[in-house]
Amino acid sequence: MNEQSGATKWIGQSVERLEDPPLVTGRGRFVGDINFPRQLHMRIVRSSHAHANIVSIDTEAARELPGVIAVWTAADIADVPPIDFREGPIEKLAPYRQPVLAMHKVRYVGEPVAAVFAEDPYVAEDAADLVTMEVEELPVLLDARDDPTEFSFGRDTEAAILTQGYGDVEAVFKLAAHVVELKLTSGRHSGVPLECRGAIGRYDASRDVLELHGAAKVPHRNKELIARMLNRAPASVQCFESHVGGGFGIRGELYPEDVLVCVGAMRFDRPIKWIEDRREHLIAANHSRNQHHHIKAACTDDGEILAIDDVIYHDNGAYVRTHATRVAMMTCGVLPGPYRVPGAYRAVCHFRLTNKTPAATYRAPGRFETTFVRERLVDAIAYQLKLDPMHVRRLNAVRVDEMPFKRPLEALGEEIHFDSGDYHALLDTTLNHVEWTRLNRELAARRENGEMVGVGLAMFVEKAGLGPADGVRIQVDTTGEVEVITGGASIGQGFETVMAQVAAEMLGTDMKKMRVIHGQTDRIEHGIGAHASRATVMTASATRVAALKVREKALNIASELMQAPLDTLDIVHGEVVIAGRVGGPSMTLGQIAAALGPSSKTRGDREPGLSAEGWFYADHQVYPYGNHLAVVKVDPDTGAVKVLRYVVAYDIGRALNPALVKAQIAGGFAQGLGGALMEEFTYNERGDPLASTFADYLLPTLREVPDIEILLTEDYPSPLNPLGIKGAGESGVNGVGAAIASAIDDAIGIPGAITVLPVTPQRLKAIIDGKR
Amino acid sequence: MKPAPFQYHAPKTIVETLDLLARYADDDGRVLAGGQSLVPTMAFRLARPKHLVDINGVTELNRIAVENGRLCIGAGVRHSAFETPVEDGPLGRLLASVVRHIAHHPIRTRGTFCGSIAHADPASEWCAVAAALDAEMVCESKVSGTRVIPAKTFFQGIMTTALREDELLREVRLPMLARGTYAGFAEFSRRAGDYAIAMAVATYRLKNGIMSDMHVAVAVGGAEAAPRRVMEAERTLIGRPPNLGTFQAAAHAARMAIDPLDDPSIGADYRRDIVRAMVSRALENAVT
Ligand SMILES: Cc1cc2nc3c(=O)[nH]c(=O)nc-3n(C[C@H](O)[C@H](O)[C@H](O)COP(=O)(O)OP(=O)(O)OC[C@H]3O[C@@H](n4cnc5c(N)ncnc54)[C@H](O)[C@@H]3O)c2cc1C
Repeated sequence: MNEQSGATKWIGQSVERLEDPPLVTGRGRFVGDINFPRQLHMRIVRSSHAHANIVSIDTEAARELPGVIAVWTAADIADVPPIDFREGPIEKLAPYRQPVLAMHKVRYVGEPVAAVFAEDPYVAEDAADLVTMEVEELPVLLDARDDPTEFSFGRDTEAAILTQGYGDVEAVFKLAAHVVELKLTSGRHSGVPLECRGAIGRYDASRDVLELHGAAKVPHRNKELIARMLNRAPASVQCFESHVGGGFGIRGELYPEDVLVCVGAMRFDRPIKWIEDRREHLIAANHSRNQHHHIKAACTDDGEILAIDDVIYHDNGAYVRTHATRVAMMTCGVLPGPYRVPGAYRAVCHFRLTNKTPAATYRAPGRFETTFVRERLVDAIAYQLKLDPMHVRRLNAVRVDEMPFKRPLEALGEEIHFDSGDYHALLDTTLNHVEWTRLNRELAARRENGEMVGVGLAMFVEKAGLGPADGVRIQVDTTGEVEVITGGASIGQGFETVMAQVAAEMLGTDMKKMRVIHGQTDRIEHGIGAHASRATVMTASATRVAALKVREKALNIASELMQAPLDTLDIVHGEVVIAGRVGGPSMTLGQIAAALGPSSKTRGDREPGLSAEGWFYADHQVYPYGNHLAVVKVDPDTGAVKVLRYVVAYDIGRALNPALVKAQIAGGFAQGLGGALMEEFTYNERGDPLASTFADYLLPTLREVPDIEILLTEDYPSPLNPLGIKGAGESGVNGVGAAIASAIDDAIGIPGAITVLPVTPQRLKAIIDGKR
Repeated sequence: MKPAPFQYHAPKTIVETLDLLARYADDDGRVLAGGQSLVPTMAFRLARPKHLVDINGVTELNRIAVENGRLCIGAGVRHSAFETPVEDGPLGRLLASVVRHIAHHPIRTRGTFCGSIAHADPASEWCAVAAALDAEMVCESKVSGTRVIPAKTFFQGIMTTALREDELLREVRLPMLARGTYAGFAEFSRRAGDYAIAMAVATYRLKNGIMSDMHVAVAVGGAEAAPRRVMEAERTLIGRPPNLGTFQAAAHAARMAIDPLDDPSIGADYRRDIVRAMVSRALENAVT
């Protein structure tokens, strides 16, 4: 059967987004727009102490306020366990999980200590103000490089030490001609969606179903986790995703507030609504990125990296949340990036807790950080050995003839196998695009004239499409409309559009006929959601399988009804036709769906319904790759950095919708720019957060984000899935810290100057003035 | 992010406004102008006024006029009114060049000039302009009538002014700048529209190619608890020709003279450096 229809090609087209009409006409439905009759409003009372023993919590005044239904502290929900890990229980880490409401101790400013339930959100907030807490202050721990202190009796704040590696590191270092050593820090920042979090818990006693509205990212996983925590059958818990104003990895994890609205809904038998405010968001939702690396490389005279030895202090904040040690473990595995490192490798990560907001994944977790570290290292090797940094990159990068390249390290529990790619060719593309030699000459001339301008480049390998399996169900109704029912999630990335494109192409019908379902756990049993650049690789591949099955069913019955051999049929514009014959017999998909109806006479002994379920299985992730290149100008009087030019080159394997891929890259870049220059969660010595509003937590705005140049290539489609897809979601953010740091070094003429992200004007001015 | 309960009053005239302020000032009553500073602080519950006296309906306050050599700016005049020059001279041009540094356009369509002066954020651009030009603040209350307070004594510290609780800042008067006056402004903020780390306003006039003493003013904002003219910087300019060397000498003098704010995010030394850069740039930018 021919898979590609003679009809319109949808795959590879930059079609307009299917999901936009409600969003651009103000008819979207975000969690804040959802209301249920009789709902109560929840307000969380948060700790204003970074570390303290709780002596007592006084809720009396709050409870007495008219309109208040209840005020809970930990004692009221003693039967609810701490928030568990998504992938299942981990005994060693269990003591470090976050309780839903603080018990005995508070460990960061912002930690939930009490929950107020009231008839009105204003009253809830008034009441929350009246809750007082008596504490015994404890010393705060704010730097993961400091010695661990007591977390709880008999347990210190080093929750785990993670290692990955191969070879005999000591032996290689002993014989190495050169050792290059750096200490680097990636600051604490995070994904900050425009829409804050929200959750509505609702218990439907008539069906004994607990519902969570406002789910995002991983609704199916959260359904399982809630069921596990609250001791319910998974079938009696359902999660519902609405429109989501940005996810970035941090939104949609299961947080204390989500559990509280669920428990509250059951206890009070009334829906409970909670909408987060911005200050809460900045101190309560996951932070990320904060790591300190002490890295060494053993090199030959000509710059070959034989071995890497990295000691990492990973600052995970106060607790271990749903991801357990995932970011830290990933850090250890992906650090070498595109470089071979043939001799030996060791990463030892001290996974430590501090009195700051808990941390977990944020777009390109472990990669933004390690690309910064690794590319700083490569620049340092080049400088120390007096070599061209591009030469060092070329020499060390895995060559196309070494693909697929296996490395005895792991990412997300799988051994790393680079599936395909030509890193050298893409580097050539990037350098040719900017006319590298000429660009450097021009910048050097400008520096001669007193301007501080410079260029920097970073190479990286992304990872995407974590398996092992995803399933999609497609059903066509009697009007020819198609439901594509997925367990994916849409966090604004264009999920519906891409799934519709794939289904439409396989089915030979208009993508506008598609209704793509996502994030509704009552519609499909399994789902991977939207994270780790998985959705397109996994869910689109499953969509393809399901659509091809539907196609086969349609052609099969059409062949009989139209009395034409199967191999002469095609589906064009939603009609089965005889290929190449104009004006011949035809049947619409709607008519075929009717012919396959349960009581249809024409169905024969075929299974009823023009529908099918398709599964896609993946043993290994795919590894797209790219380069970032930055040209910057530094103002020596203020330390301000302006990005004059930014180029992202990226091999995506196959772009199902190039415009959406580019949008992913551009959006990611803006976030990377924030992490490189502006965004930082800072604390004073008492552990009070200093960046809890948008006046202090500096997101780049339209005025700070330059247009970028995107070189999207499709040279190496992945051999691991039939469409050749690699992921797009995290490529724009991955290399920004690295490329900008390198460009700043070049601009100010101090190799290796940048060791800390973000490069704030104040930090940079101190470097320029030599006041380090 | 929901304000604590308050009572809302919407007077239509200045007299009614003063009445309401007289009645509620002691009971935590406050003027609500553009709301662009007050409302966010209420949302954070950092401010919990029990009464709000909303002056947005008091049309008498919307006036902006030149009288007796002064630009009179009523309490109802929004920042955005200055985006195109309000008068065809150096002052109009200065205000138009300054206003685009204040927040973002939507905020400028609500926030008021007088609200900025009354709020007295150390990094308010209008406060720095008021200090540089020796503005006069016209304050009025039911009990004590009208007082005219010069900028020098009006600004007293971080968000602290000579304005009394029951007083309305009815208008601010800025002396017109004579034709031929050079005026310049520069500020440094992390992002467009953010409150600045430091800023400078500079004016001077030339007589026979040198800066004459009558019209030299250098004011610094954002760096100290309140904006002010920096005499040490002004002195280095007087009697000198306007060139980069002179400007840098003034900038250096300002850097030394100030007593910078020191907070966990921005250190005192860094702020001094920014003051130096901004004073020099304000002078370099100055046009007539
Ligand atoms: C995102 C953002 C960015 C901003 N950036 C800047 C910036 O870069 N520079 C800057 O200068 N400002 C900035 N602002 C503040 C803005 O300029 C405000 O408009 C201004 O500070 C206050 O003016 P308002 O009319 O909004 O006053 P309101 O917020 O209504 O009032 C502020 C205070 O002044 C009092 N008050 C106001 N008017 C009077 C009066 N006539 N008599 C007596 N008391 C009065 C009020 O009682 C209140 O205490 C920003 C605001 C936002 C939201």
